[in-house]
Amino acid sequence: MKVELENLTKRWGKFVGADGINLAIGDGEFVAFLGPSGCGKTTTLLMVAGIYKPSEGTIRFDGKVVNTVSPKDRNIGMVFQSYALYPHMTVYQNISYPLKLRKMPKRERRERAQDVADMMGIGDLMDRKPAMLSGGQQQRVALGRSLVKEPQLLLFDEPLSNLDARLRLSMRGEIKRLQMELGITSIYVTHDQVEAMTMADRIAVMKDGKLEAYAKPDELYDRPRTLFVAGFVGNPPMNFLKVEVTREDGEYRARAEGIDLLVPAERGEKAVIKGEVIMGIRPEDVSIADGGTQGEIYVVEPLGRDDLVDVRIGDIEIHVLANPTLGTKMGERTSLKFDTKEVQFFDPETEQSLIWN
Amino acid sequence: MTVRQRLWRGVPYLILVLSVLPIIVGYFWLVLSSFMTRTEGLLPVGNLTLKHWSFLLEPPFGRGYPSIWRVTLNTFLIAAFMTIVVVLVSALTGYALSRLNFPGRKGFLSLTLILHAFPSVTLLIGTFFVLRALNLYNTSLGVGLVMVGFEMPFGIWLMKGFFDGVSWDMERAALIDGASRLQVWWQVILPTIKPGIAALAIFAFISGWNAWLIPKTFTIGAGQQATLSVYLQNFQGETVAVDWGSVTAVGLFQLIPVAIFFIFTQDLLLNIYSGGAKGGA
Repeated sequence: MKVELENLTKRWGKFVGADGINLAIGDGEFVAFLGPSGCGKTTTLLMVAGIYKPSEGTIRFDGKVVNTVSPKDRNIGMVFQSYALYPHMTVYQNISYPLKLRKMPKRERRERAQDVADMMGIGDLMDRKPAMLSGGQQQRVALGRSLVKEPQLLLFDEPLSNLDARLRLSMRGEIKRLQMELGITSIYVTHDQVEAMTMADRIAVMKDGKLEAYAKPDELYDRPRTLFVAGFVGNPPMNFLKVEVTREDGEYRARAEGIDLLVPAERGEKAVIKGEVIMGIRPEDVSIADGGTQGEIYVVEPLGRDDLVDVRIGDIEIHVLANPTLGTKMGERTSLKFDTKEVQFFDPETEQSLIWN
Repeated sequence: MTVRQRLWRGVPYLILVLSVLPIIVGYFWLVLSSFMTRTEGLLPVGNLTLKHWSFLLEPPFGRGYPSIWRVTLNTFLIAAFMTIVVVLVSALTGYALSRLNFPGRKGFLSLTLILHAFPSVTLLIGTFFVLRALNLYNTSLGVGLVMVGFEMPFGIWLMKGFFDGVSWDMERAALIDGASRLQVWWQVILPTIKPGIAALAIFAFISGWNAWLIPKTFTIGAGQQATLSVYLQNFQGETVAVDWGSVTAVGLFQLIPVAIFFIFTQDLLLNIYSGGAKGGA
């Protein structure tokens, strides 16, 4: 099913929860709503679910306006962060509840619920109450309940946030696989950019109720259109520093105190018009090597495969992913090489990208 | 453990036992004196007897007065009526106050709180005129309605509190699963707040069963509409010496159903604070 949101807005008095959201989701597509808490992603999701009524704008399912259609008539499934299982019902009763409400005959209900439970790997827990299940099992019950009525749209509201790190990783893969196999259009709300990047076909980045960007994960990563998107997507986050971009002898240079970098001409020529700009460079594009920019190692955080090294060049703070075998030590002098091929430039006032807009 | 430590451990128990002793002595006297011909102070004098319990077989005040069974039935009907109406109306009102946003919601909430704190005695005379105008004076229905009215603010607040404890997500999940608002309330929310409903039902029943002031005020003497408490008061007539033996026997008789009720519901009552929404994290 295709979903289209047009100028979707939700207000409570003066407070604006979602502000003029425009986006279209294709049939079978997996879209993530990504943003910090309070950015309006859950508000938007609840409007799609029919729990909140939009203050303005329209929601279309396959071209039909569904603004006033009640949740039960939208044929959607939803998984909540709290799982929202019914504590007084057994696993079987939880999963089959949507079917019972559709007045499906008992035998058919039993079969369908069992099929879904088997698919979720909880087929042998049917007679348990939710309180007797682990977090991961509860999550599977919640997923099963959302799938049992064969919805045309699946909504996820931070479904993995309450799981421990390892389980989150495996459930992430399972949900992605399941979504692909069933081909159900899905909206997945999360504040975890790794979840959004790894699972979604497209990501809608939201901030303060507004849609900041809506693009494929690699495009968000390589071609961020705003400072916020550049800082929010990617882990560890992108380094930002104020520089002055100038043109000298046909070359473009970005300068700050203690830093003087050669930048690619096609990127530099867009920043030079503005002069004073914010430069963004990812930690993986900076390395510790001799003969580069001089700095001092402030903190070393071992991440296992890499060390995350915080280097100070005067007042400028640069995060670098370094090889642990280099044996970097806190307080030592060091030298940084910048690979400026993927460098980003942003307007300091509008915070828009100077390269991609 | 040294002797000294052991003695120290006993201190809290000693304090607790001493503090409940007066109450235990009271109950002990209650039981004892209903089976004794006479008591002097707290001590029984004379022989064992069943004569104080004779009210079970014949009306002690002559034919004009209702039998104990009629009175018990009255009391039960009023208590049951009160339980059902209070629970049903409080559960609906509490749900609306907890979940819906409507004009005047805030004002209504503060008003209920004020009414809950309001001494109902001061309303007795006003209520009397209302009941008389409605032709409900000296009827069980009238007494029941007034008691329901006085219990409502408490019930509504209690229920609202329990509904507040149920997560919105659960309600949303049910709506998306295809339930109507009423189905959500009945099939999903009410079962999760069962301990709260049980508590309110028990409070309402007991307050109906033990009610004295309202039945006494809005019925005439110990007539056909009398409840147990009113009936009990007849034994303390102004003209004759008080028959304490019979008073204690009737008192005990009134206590029995409540005690049985408690035995069966105490698990639910103890659950009040551990109940609510499980399943989520």
